[in-house]
Parts: sequence; structure tokens; C-alpha cells
Amino acid sequence: MADIVVRAEEVIKEYRMGSNVVKALNGVNLEIVRGEYISLMGPSGSGKSTLFNMIGALDHPTGGSIYIDRQNMSQLSMSQIAWFRCHRVGYIFQNYNLLYVMTALENVTLPMIFAGLSVSERNDKGAELLKMVGLGDRTHHRPDELSGGQCQRVAIARALANDPTIILADEPTANLDMTTGREIINLIKELNVRQKVTVISATHDAKMLDVSDRVVNIRDGMIERIRNRDEIEIEIGKVGGH
Amino acid sequence: MVQHDQGQIEQQIELPFVESVRISFQSLMIRFWRSIITTAGITLGIAFLVSVWTNSEIGEAMKSSGRTDQIASFEDEESTGGISIKDRWLILMSLIVCVVGIANSMLMAVTERFREIGTMKCLGALDRFVVRLFLLESGFQGLAGAIVGALIGCIGSILLNLKDFGLDVFFYFPFFPAVGDDGAVRYGVLLIILGGCVLGMILAVIGAAFPAWRAAKLPPAEAMRTEV
Ligand SMILES: Nc1ncnc2c1ncn2[C@@H]1O[C@H](COP(=O)(O)OP(=O)(O)OP(=O)(O)O)[C@@H](O)[C@H]1O
Ligand SMILES: [Mg+2]
Repeated sequence: MADIVVRAEEVIKEYRMGSNVVKALNGVNLEIVRGEYISLMGPSGSGKSTLFNMIGALDHPTGGSIYIDRQNMSQLSMSQIAWFRCHRVGYIFQNYNLLYVMTALENVTLPMIFAGLSVSERNDKGAELLKMVGLGDRTHHRPDELSGGQCQRVAIARALANDPTIILADEPTANLDMTTGREIINLIKELNVRQKVTVISATHDAKMLDVSDRVVNIRDGMIERIRNRDEIEIEIGKVGGH
Repeated sequence: MVQHDQGQIEQQIELPFVESVRISFQSLMIRFWRSIITTAGITLGIAFLVSVWTNSEIGEAMKSSGRTDQIASFEDEESTGGISIKDRWLILMSLIVCVVGIANSMLMAVTERFREIGTMKCLGALDRFVVRLFLLESGFQGLAGAIVGALIGCIGSILLNLKDFGLDVFFYFPFFPAVGDDGAVRYGVLLIILGGCVLGMILAVIGAAFPAWRAAKLPPAEAMRTEV
């Protein structure tokens, strides 16, 4: 039986701007299996980031429910939500969202501070994570001394700080060039395979298709279709054949 | 049908106080020049208030010592005992300038860090932690800024009065609180300096706590959207 890690049930998100109501999500139903690499694709404004925020408990849905490990997220207290963000999810953003006053190592160890690790534990683990993403020699550099690709690697190391079960990535390659973007995708895929972490990634980037187990197409706040690995391969094959 | 759960969702832990102090101090030192500018806003407000008020105290002291002869401004004022109407007005205005200046300084400093607040919440920070961080930072800044401001204001005012009254300023210097011959209460420069320090710190802390609390309560997605 499939082990469902995230379940979205009729999720609705409305943004109110004065008398206007924007329906960013309009009844999304989705089940994500533990360990899979799933890509959310869709045109700009289709609601990818909004769904990302709902799954990661970064905002509340207007209607419907999100279940993570069968726990209804709307029933958690503020303190439990903070714990959930700290221990269960690693977030990767398009614009990295690193704290620019902190070094790479300090950025990576910040979630460990919130998790209550001791100084030596977090410094060891932080250095190890930075080495894993290929920045072993950049631990004491600040984000303004790093390239975009290096910043995104720091963000990936930070996302792994407390061994999350889910990695949420919102257009992680949008600000990077072709080659760097490819490297970042490979790195995320490697974590997905090696550490069995579930990856949910919003993207415009066709390079993501190759590594995805499933691709979810979103349009106007609704799921348009979901393709599996084999269907994607056929389509990529077709594109390649032209 | 066994599905393996990853365990219960727990309560997030409170960070030890020293950890908050360390992070807030580091945060101030790394943006050193930005912190200095915010602190300078506090310094200016308090310096202005303290100098106006000290000036008034010295004026009163000189008046009761009989050294009002050179000062034209005293002539047309009927003294009702204590600080003149004009001085009260000046003090009130400088107090308002001080409050608005410090509030603005702190508001700016916190607003430009909304994204940082949202990011920290993504990583597991509790709202309380974010607010405490800003309370500590603004407390440090408020205290440092206000002490410097009170001293600058006081020294500036003494120098100005030296020009008018010469060394008599020191001879009749109204340092301690006192009750004048006319029965009016004088606060004295000592109390004004201490009051300025306390006021600067309180204003800085309130000025930072309010926007920080608002930002901490926002869902992180919204806090991170905010562009300044
Ligand atoms: N905070 C907000 N306030 C008002 N409207 C919003 C807000 N956030 C998103 N929206 C609207 O919701 C819709 C979906 O936005 P969302 O950011 O999820 O799109 P997206 O698929 O991530 O697009 P992109 O590919 O450009 O990042 C858009 O119409 C957007 O204008
Ligand atoms: Mg988006």
C-alpha cells in the first residue's frame, strides 16, 4: 500500500484585495507518496507557490485541509507548527532567502539552534552538510561573497539541517544559468534517492522533468493533469525525436 | 493496514535566553553601520530633548541667582514659578520630535527585516523568539543611543550657557532636584539625564516591538513577500 506523506483535500486559497477576491487555489486534491520526486508545473500565476505555501505550513488555506503524515495541519498549535517547520520540512526558495548577515555555516546551523542542538553538534553537522553540497571550503563566507549557485547550495544544506522528511523547493533554478541549474537539480535528485526524502518542487524548468517521478500540471488554481514517469519519458522521447 | 508514521508532531522548544542575547548582539554588530544609523536616530532625539530641558533648568537657576541681566528673553516673561510657558512649549515640542524620530527609526529598521523574520519562522522560530530578538536589539540600541544623546545634549547646553553666563553656570549648576525659593519644583540635570536615558530606551523598545510583533504574527509566506 502506498505510504502517503502529504494529502491535500479540496484545498482552496483566496486572497482578498479590497473588494476583489483572487482564487489562487480552487479545490486542489493531491496525494504525494513518501520518497517520490514530484514537480508542480504550470504557467505563471497558476498557483504553484500558493500550493507550496499551503503544504509547507507557511500560510493557512481558506478552505479544505492538508494532512501530513495523516495529521491535519489546521489542528496544530502555533508551537507545533514551528516544530513541524523546523524538523519535518526543508524549504528551498527561488531567491535563496539566506540571512545575509550570517556566514554559510551560520545559515545552515540556524535551524539546528531552533532544534536545540549544542554548539559542537551543530558546527560538526553544518560543516558536514556544506561539504556534502560541495562548499566545504566556503563555510565562513557570507552570501554576498557567494555566487547564485553557491547560495542555492547553502540553502539546500540548510534545508537538510534537521533531517526533514519533505523538501519543498519553489523554482530553485529560476535564478540560475543552464549548467548551474542542472547541477542543483542533480543535487536535489541525489538527496531524494540517497536519503529517501520526498521532494516537492514548483518549476517552469523542463530540466526538472527528467528527474521527476510524477509531474503535476496546475492551471488556474486547479490540477489539470498528473503524469507518471513512463508517460513523461514518452513525451521527452517525442520532443527529442524532432 | 500498517502505515508507518514518522512520529508525533511535538511542541517547539524555547531557546535559552543567552542564545537570544548572542544572536541579537551578533545581528547588531554585523550590520554595524546600519545599527549605528538607527542608534543615531535615538541619540538625536534624546540629545534634542535633554538639551532643551537642561537649557531651561540652567536658565531658571540663573534667574533665581539674580543673573538674568544680560538675557533679554527673560524680561517679558512673568514668572509663574517654575518653568516658563515658552520653555514648556519647547520641551513639549522636543519631546514630540524625539518620540516620532525614534519611532520612525525603529519602524524602518524592523520593516526592512520582514523577509528575515519570515525566513526565521520557516526554519522553526517561534513568534516569541522573533519578538524577543527585536526587544533585545532595540534595548541595546536604545540604551547606548540614549546615554550618548543625553550626554551630548547636556554638554551642548552647558557650553551654550557658558557663553552667556560664564563660569557662573557651574557655580549655580542645577544638578540635583530642588525646590526653588518660589516653591516651584526643579528636576535638576541629573534627573533629566537619567529620564532621557530611560525614555530613549523605552521608546526604542516599544518602537521596535510593535512592528516586530506584527511581522512575527504574519504567516511566513506573507512576511517574506514584503518588499521594502
Ligand atoms: N499574497 C497575495 N495577495 C494577493 N494575491 C496573491 C497573493 N499571492 C498570490 N496571489 C495571486 O494568486 C495567484 C497564484 O499565485 P502564485 O504565486 O501561486 O503563482 P505561481 O504559479 O507561483 O506563479 P509564478 O510561476 O509566477 O511563481 C496569482 O494570481 C497571484 O496574483
Ligand atoms: Mg511562484
